Amino acid sequence: MKITFPHMGNQYVATKVLLEELGVDLVIPPPCSKNTLNIGVKYSPESICLPLKVNMGNYIQSINRGADTIVITGSCGPCRFGYYSIIQKELLSEAGYDIDIILLDPPQGDYKTFFDNIFKLTGTKNPYKIIRALKKAVTVINAVDDLESVTYYKRPREKAKGDVDRYYDAFHRGIRTVYGCREVLQLIKTTREKILSVEEDTTEEIIKIGIIGEIYTIIEPFVNLNIEKKLGDLGVEIDKSLKVSRWLKEHLFLNPLGLTSERKTWEASEPYLKTMIGGHARETIGYAVRYAKEGFDGVIQIYPLTCMPEIVAQSILPTIEKDHNIPYLCLIMDEMTGEAGYMTRLEAFVDLLRRRKGINEGEKLLFGY
Amino acid sequence: MSIKVGIPRGLWFYDYYPLWKTFYECLDAEVIISKPTNRKILDQGVKNTVDEACLPVKIFNGHVIDLKDRADYIFVPKMMSAYEREYICPKFCGLPEMVLHSIEGLPPLIDVEINFNKSRKNMADTIYKFGFYIIKDKRKINRAYCEALKNYRDYKNAIKKGILPIDGDLTEINGGKIYDRKIKKIMVIGHTYNIYDSYSSMNLLNKLKKNGVHIIVPEMIGFEHINRHAATLDKKMFWSFGRKLLGTSIYLAETRDVDGVIYISSFGCGIDSIIQYLFEKKSRKEGEIPFLLLTIDEHTGEAGINTRIEAFLDMIEWRKRYENNISTYG
Repeated sequence: MKITFPHMGNQYVATKVLLEELGVDLVIPPPCSKNTLNIGVKYSPESICLPLKVNMGNYIQSINRGADTIVITGSCGPCRFGYYSIIQKELLSEAGYDIDIILLDPPQGDYKTFFDNIFKLTGTKNPYKIIRALKKAVTVINAVDDLESVTYYKRPREKAKGDVDRYYDAFHRGIRTVYGCREVLQLIKTTREKILSVEEDTTEEIIKIGIIGEIYTIIEPFVNLNIEKKLGDLGVEIDKSLKVSRWLKEHLFLNPLGLTSERKTWEASEPYLKTMIGGHARETIGYAVRYAKEGFDGVIQIYPLTCMPEIVAQSILPTIEKDHNIPYLCLIMDEMTGEAGYMTRLEAFVDLLRRRKGINEGEKLLFGY
Repeated sequence: MSIKVGIPRGLWFYDYYPLWKTFYECLDAEVIISKPTNRKILDQGVKNTVDEACLPVKIFNGHVIDLKDRADYIFVPKMMSAYEREYICPKFCGLPEMVLHSIEGLPPLIDVEINFNKSRKNMADTIYKFGFYIIKDKRKINRAYCEALKNYRDYKNAIKKGILPIDGDLTEINGGKIYDRKIKKIMVIGHTYNIYDSYSSMNLLNKLKKNGVHIIVPEMIGFEHINRHAATLDKKMFWSFGRKLLGTSIYLAETRDVDGVIYISSFGCGIDSIIQYLFEKKSRKEGEIPFLLLTIDEHTGEAGINTRIEAFLDMIEWRKRYENNISTYG
C-alpha cells in the first residue's frame, strides 16, 4: 500500500512524519504547479471550487508516481468541502483510476467505520503506536508553523532580498530527502537558525497586514500566487488567520469533543455574524475585528470563486472596514487568475496603506505639538 | 392599527410562504408580500449586493428593498437547518446578516434562527420567538401555528398533485390532464426559487407548457420514494435540497419514468456544482435519460435559452418516435 494525500501548505510535512513513524509507505505529491491545476481542471466539474481541482491534480500526479491509496479527510456540511470525498471518488473512477480511498470523516455516531479506517490507514491496531506517531506529527506541525511565522517576520526586514526564500525553498526540497520525525525536526531547526541569522535592514518602515478568508487559499502558496512572498518583498509583515496547526487542532481533536479554541474569535465576530455558517466565515469576520484591534494596517481577504461562506463574510466586511477604520482588500482566486493584475492590486493596496500611515502619524505629530 | 409584516418573494418563499403568511395573519398582523420579480427588483438587488453572490440572493435583496418602506418588520429568518443532521446552503444561514449589511435604512428584521440540526426539541421555542414580534400570548401563537400548518399541508398536497406556485400563484401546470403516453414527460428540477420565479427562469414552465409537455417536479414523485432512495447514498447528503434531488436521480435511474430532465441552476451555486454533477451522472449516464442544464445569471439572454429548450424538445421527439425502431438491415 502506497498512500498519498492532497497538498495544503505545510501540512504535508506533518502527514509525512505521521505516516513514516507508523512505517507506512507514502508518496508525497509533487508541489502544486500550473501542471497540477491543468490536470485537475481537466477532470473536475466546471463550477466546483478551486481547492477540489487542485486536489484532483495532486492525486493524479501521485498516482502516476506509484500511489495506490488516497487518504482524504472530510466534514459534514454545510460547506461544499463535506462532499469532497464522495465527488473525488466518483471523479477518479470516471477518469479511469482504480484506486483505494480511505475517508476520515467525523464519526457522527458511526465510530466503527471511523476506527476501521484509521486502522486500515495506519496498518496497526495498537492505539499507543498510533498516538505516539500522532504526537510526533503534532510537534512537527507546530514547529513548521513556527518556522513559517519566522519567515513572515524576516522577509520584509531582510537586507538582501531573497535570502529568506533561498533558505526556505531549500527546506522544502530537503524535506523530501529526510526520513522520520527526528531528521525533519533537525532540518526545521537548522533552517530556522539560518533564517533568523539573515541580516536586517532597519531603515524601512514595516507595514502589517492580516490575511483572512478561506483556509485552503490562505495556506496553499501556489493557489494564492505566493502572497506571503509578494507582500514580504513589498515590505509587509503578515499574519494569517488560519494555520494548519490550528486547523488540525480544531478539526481533528477539539471539534469531535465539542470544544474549541476559537472562543475569542467567535466573540469578536458576534456583533456581525451570530452563528457558524460553515467553512470559516466566522473566523474571517472574527479575525478581521481582532486584527483591527491589534493595530494592523489593513486586512486582505482571499477566497476561491463561488465559496459560499466567504461570500457572506465579504458582504459583512465593508461594515467592519467602516466600524474599525481598517482598509480591506478582497482577492478572489480561480484557475484563470492572472498574476500581473493580482500584483498591481497588491502594490496599490500597500501604497495606500503606507500613505495612510504617514498621514496618520503626521496628524499625531500635530496634536503632540 | 395592525402591525405590517413584509415577506420577500424570494429564496425560501416558494417552499414556505403559506405557512408564515397564515401564521402572521392569524396573529392579526397585516402581511405584505413583495411584487413578483421584475426588472426593477432585479436591478435594485444587483446594485445592493456583493458581485459574487448568486442571482437568487440578489433578487432576494431586491424584494427586501421593495418592502422596506411599506412594512414595520421584514421577515428574514436565519434558516440553518430544517431537518436533523442536515443543513441549508451557507448563504441561507447568513442571510439576515447579508441583508443587514447590504441594504441601508431597513426596518427591523424578523431574524429568528431556525435550527433543527441537533433535534426538533426547540421547535416550540422557535415558533414563540417568531410570534413574540407581534403578540406575547403563547396560546394564541400556538393556535395560529396550528392553523398555519394546516394551510401549509394543503399547499404541499397541491404541489404533489401538480398545482405549482408559479410566482406564488397556484396554477394547474398540466391543465388537470392525466398523463398520456404519446406526449413528452419532462422533469424540471432545481431550487424552487429558480423554477417558480418566472422572471429569473425566463418563464421556463410556461414555455414548456406551451409546447405541450407534461411537466413533473420531484415533489410529485412523493417523498416516500425520494427518502427511500436517498438513504442508499454512500455518505449522507447534508443539504436537504441535495438529498431530495439525489434521491430523485436514483429513482429516475431505476424507473426511467421520464423522457428528459431539465436542470435549472444559478451561476455560482455551490450546492448545484456538486448535486448537478452527481445527478447527471446518475440519471444520464446510468439511467440514459436526456439531460439539459440551464445556467442562469443576471445577464442570461432569453433567445439563447429558447433555442436550447427547443433543440432539447426536438431531440426528445425524435428519440421517442424513431429510437425503438430496430433497423431492418443485418
